[in-house]
Amino acid sequence: MTATTTLPAIELKSVGKTFRVSGGLLGKDRRVVAVDGVSFAVPPGGVLGVVGESGCGKSTLARLILGLLTPDSGDIAVEGQRIVDMDRKARARLIQPVFQDPFSSLNPLTRIRDIVAMPLQAQGSFSRAEIAKRVDEMLERVGLPGEMGNRLPAELSGGQRQRVAIARALVLRPRIVVCDEPTSALDVSVQAQILNLLAELRRDLGLTYLFISHNLAVVEHVASEVAVMYLGRIVEKKPTQALFHQPEHPYTKALLASVLTPEPGLGVPDVGLGDVMPDPANIPPGCRFHPRCPIAEPRCSTETPPLRPRPGGGVECLLVP
Amino acid sequence: MSALLDVERLEVGFGGRTSAVRGASLTVERGETHCLVGESGCGKSVTALAIMNLLARGGHRTAQRLTFQGDDLLKLDDRGMARLRGNAMAMIFQEPMTSLNPAYTIGSQMTEVMRRHKKVSQRVAIDRAADLLGQVGITAPGLRLGQFPHQLSGGLRQRVMIAMALMCEPQLLIADEPTTALDVTVQAQILRLLAQLQRDLGLGLLLITHDLGIVARIAHRVSVMYAGEVVESAATAQLFADPKHPYTQGLLRCVPVPGKQRQDEPLGSIPGTVPRIGPGFEGCGFRDRCTFADATCAHAVPHQTAAPGHDYLCRLAP
Repeated sequence: MTATTTLPAIELKSVGKTFRVSGGLLGKDRRVVAVDGVSFAVPPGGVLGVVGESGCGKSTLARLILGLLTPDSGDIAVEGQRIVDMDRKARARLIQPVFQDPFSSLNPLTRIRDIVAMPLQAQGSFSRAEIAKRVDEMLERVGLPGEMGNRLPAELSGGQRQRVAIARALVLRPRIVVCDEPTSALDVSVQAQILNLLAELRRDLGLTYLFISHNLAVVEHVASEVAVMYLGRIVEKKPTQALFHQPEHPYTKALLASVLTPEPGLGVPDVGLGDVMPDPANIPPGCRFHPRCPIAEPRCSTETPPLRPRPGGGVECLLVP
Repeated sequence: MSALLDVERLEVGFGGRTSAVRGASLTVERGETHCLVGESGCGKSVTALAIMNLLARGGHRTAQRLTFQGDDLLKLDDRGMARLRGNAMAMIFQEPMTSLNPAYTIGSQMTEVMRRHKKVSQRVAIDRAADLLGQVGITAPGLRLGQFPHQLSGGLRQRVMIAMALMCEPQLLIADEPTTALDVTVQAQILRLLAQLQRDLGLGLLLITHDLGIVARIAHRVSVMYAGEVVESAATAQLFADPKHPYTQGLLRCVPVPGKQRQDEPLGSIPGTVPRIGPGFEGCGFRDRCTFADATCAHAVPHQTAAPGHDYLCRLAP
């Protein structure tokens, strides 16, 4: 095996990102810690699922990896190259996004064909014939009939628009796709179609995915490993099977308990998190989960939990051995 | 005794072009949670709005029967309906940010409902509001009453909406996707709360959702809507154990269940999309997406009963 094939597709080393939010006319500016000391590596062909509640920093993480934001600290490398050293065109050939809302991520005044052609045109090195050929291939690949190319986004359903977004992401033949809640705006029947399409494309084209979702059932279905984020940190990361069958962090357990599977008779579970909401502008000392943790001990509010390594990841909790 | 809410053959049209609801029937008994489930555009929210007589301009409802506690809602004028809304029948909407007024405190919005319907002093109304905020699990209710909606998190706002709906001790609560905008952890907490309140207060709850997980966990009875029709209705356990309509079966196959599917195995999916149906449409609305459809599906669809209380609209044999 050569060195290039063992390079991780995505590698993060203690990446941090803080935003300054204006406190208004008289208020003090607040520092919002979105991502704090995050490290992980995704092997080529892998799917890393990232789960957590809103405000946990998962979308900021996606934007950092896409190079849309610059980290304050740490390093992000994609296929061994630092993302900050790459120019936009090189980055676009390597890594592409699919966003949540197919209603706002497509220009309403641009025909589908031109939307999908945009990344090729931006490269400036493709002939018109080549662009037309690649767009046709791509539309067919994502299951859109060729005549759709001449329509506008408003004429398409939500599922069809998300297919367009996927076609646009893949037309440059990138190696890595960052999917940020790609199906949460869609109905279940359409969600299933899109998830099946994403799985098929990954197999056929050998892609690596970073798959962000708040839906644990979806993540379990698509991901090979899962990272659970809480207030900017990854509190547990493991291969999918291990995370779902032997969750260790109390937050992971609470997240899993809140999944309402369609099994009648089980009732609504008590997730035991109380009603203190996490605030990224005001991160608690010690373990940042302790104000909501059902099993917190006094030391959890002062001591910072160490990373306890596990096969394929680790867990950050003072109370696990 | 008649059902708390009885809807028979409800039709809702918009300007003669679109039929949003086509002959939907459902009942909600006292102390029952009835879930109305379906995908976007199937007519479930319009059904709720038609029951409350809150249809948007241009919307028109007709029904063979529409009664609440035995009273005919079709005969009530606007003032009569206004006396019921927020009072004996209350509604919770999906987006707690847009349904609370940002310019008024939580306290003034909560007491307004009660003072409008009941002859009580502001003092009594404030006490009731604080008491209800406590009941829906909000700590320091006194402080919250003086706050504005933007100072509350999404989960807290949704709890405020629930407490506000309960101010006048309604008999019927209609909740339209009450947890869709919330995180899964908060969703579980809110649903647990709704189920508990429903039990303790003996409410009739009509819960509208697209999430079959929610349905399975909270409903006593389920009605599945597709293209404006209730295509299948049954007790919850019965529907999940023995779904009859191909659409219900398809929906159940689409939902990933942790530990139930192999990873490399594709999820079941329903090809195509929900059709837009105009007046004069005949036959089964699902036929273009149905793998079992044949020529007879273009004509009238039989109403069949699989078991007592389990009805569906499909020609396929039970």
